[in-house]
Amino acid sequence: MIYQSLIDLWHGFGVALAPHNLLWSFVGVLIGNLIGVLPGMGALSAISMLLPLTYTMQPVPAILMLAGIFYGSQYGGAIGAILLNLPCHPPHAVTCLDGYPMTKQGRGGAALGITMIASFFAASVGIIVMIFASPLLVDVAFKFGPAEIFSIMLLGLVCGGTLSRGSALKGVAMTIVGLMLGSVGTDVNSGLARFTFGIPELQDKVELVALALGLFGVTEFLRSVNRLDAVGSGVKVRLRDMRPNNAELKSAFFPMIRGTAIGTLFGAMPGTGPTITTFLAYALERRISKTPDRFGKGAIEGVASPEAASHSKTQVDFIPTMTLGIPGDPVMALILGALLIQGIQPGPQLITEHADIFWGLVASFWIGNILLVILNVPLIGLWVKLLQIPYRYLYPAALFFICVGVYSTNNSLFEVGEVLAFGLAGAVFVSLEFPVAPILLGFVLGRIVEENFRRALLLSHGSLTIFVERPISACFLAISALLIVGILFWTVRRSRFITSRRKFSGPSA
Amino acid sequence: MSAGSARRILSNYNKDFCGGALLILIGLAVVYRGVAYNIGTMAEMGPGFFPAMLGVLLTLIGAVVALTGNAAALATKTKGSRLDFRGWGCITVGIIAFIAFGKYGGLIPATFAVVFISAMGDRNNTITRALLLSIGMLVLCLIVFWWGLHIQFPLFAWGE
Repeated sequence: MIYQSLIDLWHGFGVALAPHNLLWSFVGVLIGNLIGVLPGMGALSAISMLLPLTYTMQPVPAILMLAGIFYGSQYGGAIGAILLNLPCHPPHAVTCLDGYPMTKQGRGGAALGITMIASFFAASVGIIVMIFASPLLVDVAFKFGPAEIFSIMLLGLVCGGTLSRGSALKGVAMTIVGLMLGSVGTDVNSGLARFTFGIPELQDKVELVALALGLFGVTEFLRSVNRLDAVGSGVKVRLRDMRPNNAELKSAFFPMIRGTAIGTLFGAMPGTGPTITTFLAYALERRISKTPDRFGKGAIEGVASPEAASHSKTQVDFIPTMTLGIPGDPVMALILGALLIQGIQPGPQLITEHADIFWGLVASFWIGNILLVILNVPLIGLWVKLLQIPYRYLYPAALFFICVGVYSTNNSLFEVGEVLAFGLAGAVFVSLEFPVAPILLGFVLGRIVEENFRRALLLSHGSLTIFVERPISACFLAISALLIVGILFWTVRRSRFITSRRKFSGPSA
Repeated sequence: MSAGSARRILSNYNKDFCGGALLILIGLAVVYRGVAYNIGTMAEMGPGFFPAMLGVLLTLIGAVVALTGNAAALATKTKGSRLDFRGWGCITVGIIAFIAFGKYGGLIPATFAVVFISAMGDRNNTITRALLLSIGMLVLCLIVFWWGLHIQFPLFAWGE
């Protein structure tokens, strides 16, 4: 089986390296990177804006270009997250937590360098796993029933809610608010419109991009206006700064490997997007760290691990998307949509029926990631130029990009209004010292959690024991329970001596 | 709940109390709506079950946050977090203007409005600077989005 995979991969390289395909891959990476760097523009808006261009193309170059746009904009998004605290692609919400403080300390270059190393390393591992495990993982993924999916989501939510800076209880509260936001829209089972207040635009869910840009973009502008001079003032990132020093490399090495492992593990599970993965990777690093206080204040581990997790997850995530037709996150859903438009039905038969697309895509990931590194080394100076702009010019410009970016996702002005609403709500929460990042996690997982919860109980005729009777599910629940108990114990012990010297924590949590 | 009133209460009471109260408010509101959507039974859940469950959880957490926050939050000073009315106002109005001009005006007036109005939110920005910035962004917008990406947004428009 593995031998066959290798032969197929060899053919895949042939497909991806054909000059015509290679050119489109390069164009995709370049455009994706460019758009991803623009504040307020992420993979979602980049892909959705460029999707119509691919309608007239052949299937193979079309998918290669979309994949190029995807990881180009993903890396570009990491630049925005680290240097400007603007996560345009939801997984980067975690990168902001430590990447942005690193920029404030003048180590933004090192953070970018680590991101590049971590993402290349993780993507390579992810690709290797994809090559060897694709056929095997199809079998495992089939074993996941609703109870298993619910339990693993719950674990993700518990991790996500408790990882944020400040009170774990407040983090959980915000996760629940996110879950509530996720239930806005038409209920899949009954067709009833929930929490739409008669607004037709809300029947189709709250827009993810609007929520992310509102909570992180607009909220941040509201908190920083007239308070910040220049985000990047005094930050100079040159080629030589991008090379992290040995100490940084050393402290980032194991987090990178752990992040990659988490990302790979979760990639095989249908329905778990990269956001949950990055949150988990970050939570793990913070929990096992000897100095958890550094997290959120510029710990390089907090950048390396989630970025590695996100990239390996992204690669492995193509397995359920392509072989089962279950997309892990909205970006995957878009790529799935592009495949369907091209007349290709994702499913277990895809690997055999459209071997050129599947293996060509796998090969192009590797080539694309190399292109990304080659591109970003000379262009980083240009990206940094964006940072020298004083804040009083930057935020109106970024606000414009956010407005246009959100508008272009669905050509809807209503969603621009959503950005404003979430921005204001986020600012209120942040001023009450609630972390806003868990809202996004809850929102992304909300629908899947609810659907699987309902489906599992439907199967068990209303008996909650189904979640502990099934071994895989029971395992995830046990880990969640351990985590909660552990955190409670840890918080109580810690709060005893910390209450006396609690300080005001920064604007974004 | 408007941000302004939240801030005014904050100067008198502590943050965790307000935060907890806000959570309870959201939780109860969601429970109230969720019950109206039909709860159903455990085996055959209605569309209101999951939201109502979340609402109850959030209300409970809100109560715990409000009650336990007291002692710890007394030490918390609202340092440097006074509401910036000009900034908030201009950013809010800027986005609203983008929506309004987007519908009744088109891409060009909308772009100009959001950049100009929100730029005026910074006390160091003069009218000339804001004007130059919005013209610059307008040019960029036309090149990148209109010419380059073919955004589905008419340059000038009036309604749908």
